[in-house]
Amino acid sequence: MATEPAVRPLVELKNVNKHFGALHVLQNINLEVTKGEVVVVIGPSGSGKSTLCRAINRLETIDTGEILIDGKRLPSEGKGLAALRADVGMVFQSFNLFAHKSILENVTLGPVKVKKMKPDAAKDLAMGLLERVGVANQAQKLPAQLSGGQQQRVAIARALAMKPKVMLFDEPTSALDPEMINEVLDTMVELAREGMTMIVITHEMGFARKAADRVIFMADGQIVEQATPEEFFTNPRSERAKDFLGKILEH
Amino acid sequence: MDRFLSLFQDYDILGAFWANIQLTFWAALGSFVLGTILALMRISPVPSFQWVGASYVNIFRNTPLTIIIVFGVLGLYSQLQVQLNENFNLNFFMLAIVGLTVYHAAFVCEAIRSGVNTVPLGQAEAARAIGLSFFPAAWLIILPQALRGAVAPLGNVLIALTKNSTVATAGSVAETSGLMRTMLEFNGDIALLIFLIFAVGFVIIVIPIGLATTWLSKKLAVAR
Ligand SMILES: Nc1ncnc2c1ncn2[C@@H]1O[C@H](COP(=O)(O)OP(=O)(O)OP(=O)(O)O)[C@@H](O)[C@H]1O
Ligand SMILES: [Mg+2]
Repeated sequence: MATEPAVRPLVELKNVNKHFGALHVLQNINLEVTKGEVVVVIGPSGSGKSTLCRAINRLETIDTGEILIDGKRLPSEGKGLAALRADVGMVFQSFNLFAHKSILENVTLGPVKVKKMKPDAAKDLAMGLLERVGVANQAQKLPAQLSGGQQQRVAIARALAMKPKVMLFDEPTSALDPEMINEVLDTMVELAREGMTMIVITHEMGFARKAADRVIFMADGQIVEQATPEEFFTNPRSERAKDFLGKILEH
Repeated sequence: MDRFLSLFQDYDILGAFWANIQLTFWAALGSFVLGTILALMRISPVPSFQWVGASYVNIFRNTPLTIIIVFGVLGLYSQLQVQLNENFNLNFFMLAIVGLTVYHAAFVCEAIRSGVNTVPLGQAEAARAIGLSFFPAAWLIILPQALRGAVAPLGNVLIALTKNSTVATAGSVAETSGLMRTMLEFNGDIALLIFLIFAVGFVIIVIPIGLATTWLSKKLAVAR
């Protein structure tokens, strides 16, 4: 008799395959992320990192395989999908704040419209989160009036307002001016310390070292290597990873 | 000058313009609502909705307005007995509004769709990512931004509608173009003056619409 695993993984991908036309972008991906774990995904451009991340909350469909969030299979469409998406927070490279809504409205919209929270309660929740990411004093402004770093922190607050079980970050700092990168990374490190489960696509090795439990190296649609950050950065096993690290370390 | 003033006494010129303004107003309202619904269908993920929206636009955008208006009177009313109002004249008036609405809704739909194209894809993805399904995402996030980006093309549709409201005369509605024809028949010696009265009248109505849309599209533009 098979024994029940001690902890059920929060995010689980089983034999996931995805094609874009002839291109096999995700090749038999198997991945488990446990509650509270912080996983950094790293790899060359075009290796399928974004597609993996987007498949987890079904912004992309998959061809075969299974994706489970907290043991539940991702529904294909409709209400169930919307509800499950709310469990998965997503932070985009380009922030994607709702351009016609104030900072405060950006954060309250999900709780009010999806979770049917009372507007007053949503406002309190949002102000608390904006305080936490350090932009409460900008609450009445429009996104375009904020710096990139501030916008990205608002985007994190917007995702947190849905009380997600896991947060996905797709290169959250790569659209930022260098002086703003740290303010966003600091917010993320703090989030990791508080126990949030996170899957982060980033080339920021400082963040990986400070906050990640595991680094996943992807190349050509496959997970080539997984290790602790220390192990991966100091002693990569695969040729592809050595090659890749050599290139990013030159910068 | 006396002839000019007596024209205004002998014929209800302002009344005729008022009829066009009313036709335009109601058809603008109707086509805005219908055009928005059509645009939502065209951008929805449901193939059958997309098909209905696209078919509607292709049919009505390519049918001459006069054909639609004449069909309203001779087809809907005379043959199919569709009567929208007991009052004979008001019935024709309402049929003309329906005709103008169904025709211009196709153009409103396309104007809104051009506005949707000004909204970055990331806006829809962010909306989906916080758990909004298609309709609330479209209604709360995409449409408000699309409409701001569509003010100028929507203004063009409104200008076209204002001028096209004169086609209602083909649907037995008393309005400017019909009145102009009557006036020309009886006052052939001042034909040019009569033409100018109507031409200038429309210029006076249409220019503010153009100015207002230019001003609005700047004022409402979404900062990114
Ligand atoms: N919608 C799409 N249609 C077709 N091909 C796509 C699409 N999205 C991504 N691809 C292709 O799939 C491959 C993987 O893309 P993906 O964005 O997942 O890579 P990535 O690892 O995130 O790269 P980067 O570091 O540049 O962001 C690339 O070759 C890309 O061109
Ligand atoms: Mg990417």
